Amino acid sequence: MPASIACSKSVFEDPSSPSPPVDAILSLFGVSKSYGSLKALDAVDLEVASGEFVGLLGPNGAGKSTLFQILSGLFVADAGEVRALGYDLRRQPVKALAKIGTVFQQPTLDLDLSARANLRFGALLHGMPARRRLDRIEAEIHRLGLGEQADIPVRNLSGGNRRRVELARALVHEPQVLLMDEATVGLDPASRRGLLEDVRALCAERGVGVLWATHLVDEVERAHKVVILHRGRVLIEGPPRRIANHAGAANIDEAFMAMTGAASSS
Amino acid sequence: MTARHALLALAAVSGREAFKFARQKGRLFSALVRPTLWLAVFALGFQNIFGVSIIPPYHTYIEYQEYIVPGLAAMVLLFNGMQSSLAMVYDREMGMMRLLLTAPLPRWYLLFCKLMAGTLLSVLQVYAFFIIATLIGVHVPLQGWLLVLPALVLAGMMLGAIGLLLSVHIRQLENFAGTMNFVIFPMFFISSALYPLWKLEEAGAESVFRIAQVNPFTHAVEAIRFSLYAEPNPLSFCVIGATLIAAFALAVIGYDPQRGLAARRR
Repeated sequence: MPASIACSKSVFEDPSSPSPPVDAILSLFGVSKSYGSLKALDAVDLEVASGEFVGLLGPNGAGKSTLFQILSGLFVADAGEVRALGYDLRRQPVKALAKIGTVFQQPTLDLDLSARANLRFGALLHGMPARRRLDRIEAEIHRLGLGEQADIPVRNLSGGNRRRVELARALVHEPQVLLMDEATVGLDPASRRGLLEDVRALCAERGVGVLWATHLVDEVERAHKVVILHRGRVLIEGPPRRIANHAGAANIDEAFMAMTGAASSS
Repeated sequence: MTARHALLALAAVSGREAFKFARQKGRLFSALVRPTLWLAVFALGFQNIFGVSIIPPYHTYIEYQEYIVPGLAAMVLLFNGMQSSLAMVYDREMGMMRLLLTAPLPRWYLLFCKLMAGTLLSVLQVYAFFIIATLIGVHVPLQGWLLVLPALVLAGMMLGAIGLLLSVHIRQLENFAGTMNFVIFPMFFISSALYPLWKLEEAGAESVFRIAQVNPFTHAVEAIRFSLYAEPNPLSFCVIGATLIAAFALAVIGYDPQRGLAARRR
């Protein structure tokens, strides 16, 4: 199956309007990473354009976490290149990271601090000058709509609201690339939908390019583009409907099950 | 990295550590109970057993309680330095470390921020201990309070850097207690903290004496002791400086995403 998929990848590229590389604000070329004999990522190519919502879909253990660790500068890939806004993450990590906001799978808020103080911490780490810092924190706090809850320890907030505070902190320095690493894990359906809508709005309103990793198909049904990662390799990428059509499935959910299920059992 | 950005990040990290410390009221208490017990009980009990002859930097005969103060000050630095690295392991498990390491700052500088924040708390605790020592009637030379500051900062940084280096290699909190037993106790007992080194030599423990001579903790104690009594001790300062640089450099390599041990971990 991988061979036929690899060929079919080009099906989705419209030859009449090849997208110039300038449009991609986040791009990966041939990114590979191994842990000993285990190949966690195998020559992954991926692009996110400004204002684009890209869903990175993969079952557990597909390599999503490894990919995000590389994207957020925690690890360096064994091979390949990652560029954010033209900056190579290996050679100019500081410049690249300044353009990236990340919401991690694990909670990283300081639970004893308020939402406002958590945002301040993030803004200081980004070295934002005082006036801009205050303006941006206020803007994000306002957008959160937490009211008085913005000043109580985050520990007392619901899981959904904590996630939203994490999102606000990731946005405080106005990144152009937003990385969401399985950010909906542990949330109830309403919070999950709320977070998803929040991020979709960011794409539309601010032109933020989003890479949204998940193993839940419904979260990427309305994505501009879906990349299916399985065992460290990109099986297929394209708009959800086209992936479904290509797999001869009714929807992307079925297509995903068919592809990863088939590949798993082989 | 601009100077402003660097300072803001340092302030943010130090502020967070200080806030956490202020919240954990038991931590200051336990940090002070330990040396106070040594001083008020152990040293008093041994007052007549350990006769301390006149050795530099002392110009007159001193009581054992007075002799032991620099060693206990260094013990405060040692415990807090190790506790800060325990916090690093905790942060790494809890994800906060990720947030720090994805900040657009060079990694060595983020580690330096952590080191400085821990040292700041260490030094404040030593001064709190000096106050207690004075209150229970142990002589701490008045001019020494200020003169000892450089020695405290450098020794605190050195012990913190050693802790930082350990934290690279400690994966889980459970392993930490064991490591502490193999680091804290040998460092403390095989040093000049509790007895002048000539006593070891006189007792015929040649190998222990040699180890104590090269133990960086001995030099931390002696730098503090000499500074308190306004005497120069270039050798100890050189050993501290060299150990600090070596331990910090190794820790930076350990946390390097390309070369370090962390790179091989998931």
